[in-house]
Amino acid sequence: MSYCREEGKDRIIFVTKEDHETPSNAELVADDPNDPYEEQGLILPNGDINWNCPCLGGMASGPCGSQFKEAFSCFHYSKEEVKGSECIDHFRNMQECMQRYPELYPQEEDKDESAAPSDSAALTSESDSTAVTSAVSSDSTSPTDGQTAS
Amino acid sequence: MLKCRTVWKKLAPLARTSSTLCRQNVRKAGLNNGRIPTHVPTAHMSSGLPGGGGDNLKYALLVGAASIGGVAYAYHTMKGDQQRYQARITELSSRSQKAAAKESVTPIQPQPPATTEPKPEAAPSSQEPSPPASGTEAVATSETTELPPAVGSTPASLKLPSHAPYLLLGGGTASFAAARSIRARDPGAKVLIVTDEPDLPYMRPPLSKELWFSDDPSVTETLRFKQWNGKERSIYFQPPSFYINPEELDSVENGGVAVLTGKKVVHMDVRGNKVKLDDDTEISYDKCLIATGGVPRNLQVIERAGEEVMKRTTLFRKIEDFRSLDKVSRNVKSITIIGGGFLGSELACALGRRSTESDLEVIQMFPEKGNMGKVLPEYLSNWTTEKVKKEGVKVLSEALVKSVTYKDDKLEIHLKDGRLVKTDHIVTAVGLEPNVDLAKSGGLEVDSDFGGYRVNAELQARSNIWVAGDAACFYDIRLGRRRVEHHDHAVVSGRLAGENMTGANKPYWHQSMFWSDLGPDVGYEAIGIVDSSLPTVGVFAKATAKDTPKAATEESGTGIRSESETEDTATSAVASVTPAPVVENKDDYGKGVIFYLRDKVVVGIILWNVFNRMPVARKIIKDGEEHADLNEVAKLFNIHED
Repeated sequence: MSYCREEGKDRIIFVTKEDHETPSNAELVADDPNDPYEEQGLILPNGDINWNCPCLGGMASGPCGSQFKEAFSCFHYSKEEVKGSECIDHFRNMQECMQRYPELYPQEEDKDESAAPSDSAALTSESDSTAVTSAVSSDSTSPTDGQTAS
Repeated sequence: MLKCRTVWKKLAPLARTSSTLCRQNVRKAGLNNGRIPTHVPTAHMSSGLPGGGGDNLKYALLVGAASIGGVAYAYHTMKGDQQRYQARITELSSRSQKAAAKESVTPIQPQPPATTEPKPEAAPSSQEPSPPASGTEAVATSETTELPPAVGSTPASLKLPSHAPYLLLGGGTASFAAARSIRARDPGAKVLIVTDEPDLPYMRPPLSKELWFSDDPSVTETLRFKQWNGKERSIYFQPPSFYINPEELDSVENGGVAVLTGKKVVHMDVRGNKVKLDDDTEISYDKCLIATGGVPRNLQVIERAGEEVMKRTTLFRKIEDFRSLDKVSRNVKSITIIGGGFLGSELACALGRRSTESDLEVIQMFPEKGNMGKVLPEYLSNWTTEKVKKEGVKVLSEALVKSVTYKDDKLEIHLKDGRLVKTDHIVTAVGLEPNVDLAKSGGLEVDSDFGGYRVNAELQARSNIWVAGDAACFYDIRLGRRRVEHHDHAVVSGRLAGENMTGANKPYWHQSMFWSDLGPDVGYEAIGIVDSSLPTVGVFAKATAKDTPKAATEESGTGIRSESETEDTATSAVASVTPAPVVENKDDYGKGVIFYLRDKVVVGIILWNVFNRMPVARKIIKDGEEHADLNEVAKLFNIHED
């Protein structure tokens, strides 16, 4: 049973697991998916890529930012059967650029240092489509959830 | 003479006005060593002279005193400026020497134009609009014209940029977040960050938390910390290779972010869209962000206590403060922290942990009844204080400092209630004074309630000027005007400012959060207005060992929450769940959620040892609804689960 106590202006309620088992009847306001004020995920409502998504880390803003944007845009808008197959050159440019900055884009896939290395791993691996879709799905919710809060 | 007298009498009325003029002339004549203007009627002179003589004396005394004062002032100013003058002269002469050396066709090594940290000496080689340099500017240009033949590889444009499309003042979290946002949205953007610190942009939270828990003895050099799950990272947002040199900013093809360290902005010309640095360099901008943060406050009693006390006091904020405090903590027997808020309590816990290894005594004192007394409701503040004590800290609550003296190689802190504390070193954590140095020259409004620059909901102060981070007093559409001094707010507001500088026109809407860890047992995340003077409703469950910050980070595999959103990764990291030892936490307030109410609307929420639920909390604040039963709202958080 829940137990309640007051200490001046502060109310304290202790609840057991059973107390909280019944679903909440608190009403939350429905979210407007097109709210211009809201933080956007990786993909904007109009289908464009949100380069400012925190999920991208420093990829779009670093020294190889423009190469990354070209490669990723090409991939995103690709309508080929094997998505992104015509973007090989862009990805190669990006990889060449990244190799020039090993500190920022570590080449090992399993080590984690700074500047979102797992992004480059995710995007340059063979399973590009799955990696990107997982990126998309993880950020269709708010990108600033508690998991990645700062 | 008689004739004059008759004329005088006839023209009496007219003469009256002229007489005053004449009298003045006579006085002046008196000072001019008796050079008497001949056009003055002699009759009048004879009557005027005695009176004029008396006035003369007073006048002479007055002017004499004024001239003495003026000479004294000039002397003092000259003396004070003499050093500066001498420095200037030596600089000019050395410049001309360098020019002479160059003309004898030697390669340019004394002039180091490509330093990443340009010192004031290097600045003169670049634009120098001030008059003393104009003469040498001709010399400078002759230097540069001679460079290409002498050394072909050094380009002539190796000087600091005189214009930056995006100029960010301050090199902290907000500035970096803005830089990233601008670069993401404006392809090829050229961003110049100007900071008075010697360091590249870094994150502050680990300075009072993770860095202290590091096992690495060289942590003060590397500034790297191991997170709970073993992942290691630096406090710097990006390594130096991410940035480009300020000198290259104009020429680099796809733009970039350049950081100018060790320079302070002293003047802002809003009409002319330019700023002036402390070495008289001027930089013009298209868009400017002020993200200058603030300086730690000090207690007046310490400031007045003299040099010996000040030498043994740390105002904690920057990397250098961390380094010096780390050194101090290894060399003294007793440290006292004044302040019971976030920073004070975190440092107390960090040092308290260290005290278990050495025989360091750690004392924390503050005026409130318990730690975080201004944030947590009283019952929780008391509970937290007990936890802090368990970390090895001697907590003195309701302590007001009356005076501090230095005696027998110890600092003596006298409290108003008579208690006396003897210690070796003091750390003051009593708040931040937001930096509004540029308000006057820039014509920017300063907020009298919260401090900081007053900006609108879009973080704009004036045309082309935005403010973000600790220094911004902004209008929060949902919660009202406020100023927030937390890391995530710096990230969120910096990012928003960057978006608005590239044309977004979005208001502050995404509510920032903050967090604190007080040792391994107490951790909380919070959002909104969390003020202990508001009525609160707390819903708690019993905690198990699984509900601690350590376990939370292990499970989600996301590393410490200091990992800001600017460092986020696209893929979710693989969680390595280590089974937590089953230890029942006997305390009442193990975990739960606390709602802060204002006019029956939830304006703030603390998630107490409950993690990864911030989106729900954010949603509740955003809605701004009146909820009849907050227990029902608490159900949304599933506090009994992990």
